[in-house]
Amino acid sequence: MEDLRILPCGDQALTVQLSDRIDEAVNARVIALAAALDRAAIPGILEHVPTYRSLLVRYDPLTIRGHQVEQRIRALLAGLTAGQDRGRHWRVPVHYGGEAGMDLAELAAEKGMTPQALIDLHSGVRFRVFMIGFAPGFAYLGGLPKVLHTPRLKVPRQRIPAGAVGIGGQQGSISSVAGPSGWRFLGGTPVRLFDPARDPAFLLTAGDTVQFAPIGADEYADMAARAAKGQTVIAPQEAP
Amino acid sequence: MIEVITPGPMLTVQDAGRFGLRHAGVSSAGPMDRPAHALANVLVGNPQDAAALEFAGFGGTFRALSPCRVAVAGGTIPLRIDGTQMDASRAHRVHAGSTISLGPMPDAVWGYLAVSGGIDVPMVMGSRSTHLRSGVGGGVGGGTLVRGQRLPLGTFDPRAACLAPLRPLPDRGGTVIRAVPGPQDDLFAPETVARFFSQDFTVAPQRDRMAMTLAGKAIPARAGHDIVSDGTVSGSVQVPGSGQPLVLMAESQTTGGYPKIATVIGADLPRLAQLPTGATFRFAAVTRDAAEDIWRVHCHSLARALHPLKVCIARRRPTPN
Repeated sequence: MEDLRILPCGDQALTVQLSDRIDEAVNARVIALAAALDRAAIPGILEHVPTYRSLLVRYDPLTIRGHQVEQRIRALLAGLTAGQDRGRHWRVPVHYGGEAGMDLAELAAEKGMTPQALIDLHSGVRFRVFMIGFAPGFAYLGGLPKVLHTPRLKVPRQRIPAGAVGIGGQQGSISSVAGPSGWRFLGGTPVRLFDPARDPAFLLTAGDTVQFAPIGADEYADMAARAAKGQTVIAPQEAP
Repeated sequence: MIEVITPGPMLTVQDAGRFGLRHAGVSSAGPMDRPAHALANVLVGNPQDAAALEFAGFGGTFRALSPCRVAVAGGTIPLRIDGTQMDASRAHRVHAGSTISLGPMPDAVWGYLAVSGGIDVPMVMGSRSTHLRSGVGGGVGGGTLVRGQRLPLGTFDPRAACLAPLRPLPDRGGTVIRAVPGPQDDLFAPETVARFFSQDFTVAPQRDRMAMTLAGKAIPARAGHDIVSDGTVSGSVQVPGSGQPLVLMAESQTTGGYPKIATVIGADLPRLAQLPTGATFRFAAVTRDAAEDIWRVHCHSLARALHPLKVCIARRRPTPN
């Protein structure tokens, strides 16, 4: 834990930084600390935000002071055992290509492979949800095969639909709401990561794992119709 | 019920905000100027976190469809009820059919119109606040309000008094904005951090409920402006590659990949939000401990400013000019 730094974020939050790198073991420890904080239910600690290598902790200074939050966190970290909290595993159906997969053919050509080979590669690995951020329910996925690492576009596209499955740099992604993006897109999932009218509104949490499962256009249309009615079209499995 | 006749810019419904969802990528939203929002509410007898209307620059025109009380706060707001100029520092009774007009604020950016009972749009994920970026809340799927929209009101005691404040809101004056260095101040040279806390900044026109852009001599980071994305809060001062800082506000992203040189303290964030575009100010560094003490005093002073209040003698309906 020689890399541990606790950094102030003003008078009502601090960042517990475990490392300066993106690393699965570090991220697992961040998520384990978040779970330990939940269990400890410390009065005055309001919420936390797990990210790649840090945990942001918001507190109420009328109840607990920052230096006290630091003490409690150091104690929790000392007692933390890795791998305590396993995330859920999701098989996320994807219709590769099509409208949402606007970059599939071009990316396959860039990588010198057939679109099918690219689909096999992308759907053949298990991704890890390193963090949720940027937009409601937006999942940053680690574990993209190196050959698929692709720089972002210089000029972002104005509107990418919710459910678009993409690549940005070394990361995979599933778009949670429609919006601008400079990432490259391989396909679309009928699964909605965020639906404010659904309970639960958010599907994925940091620490979950995801594997993509190719589906055809008909299956996509059927699942999309069910998702539009607010139904959850996939269920998680316990991580093996 | 209250109807929007002419909406002012960025007219949204805001209660205290939607808390506890930052881990899911949703910032709190809520008012840009929380003390002013709370004041407008308490003047009409609402809980201070009730849903009210927020606008930028000027409010526009509204029609009361049922008798209610209204109050405004945020800046100097020209308030007219049925065409008659009214005292904007206190609540007023309005009748069914009355029009309420809110003119431009010369001295502030974010204004509030509170109505007795509160704006009773449906709760989404625990709050009525509009979150423009996420497209949720406000009764209209997260958008700004438009002409003709009718907003239901919660229940209230129609005989309750119109109120006025006895004391001013705390931490309102001055052009020094206090901030705690970090979390990534070490990614800037010490002399750059020192300059950040001594040079003038100007509020740039690029501003909204997500962030304010500051113009001034560029603030370069030592080794680039990319970090491994981590959590952000309202008040985070991000420095992108342009060297022009961005202060994250009520509807910010929950995570970001720019280094954060400092964080504006809670007591001063509403004052920063209210600085007019083009205004010049400086940051002043405070330690976390000092900032926490300032916050405790701020909360105490705010509670005193919001209670007790002066009861105004109810007046008859103003006579139109």
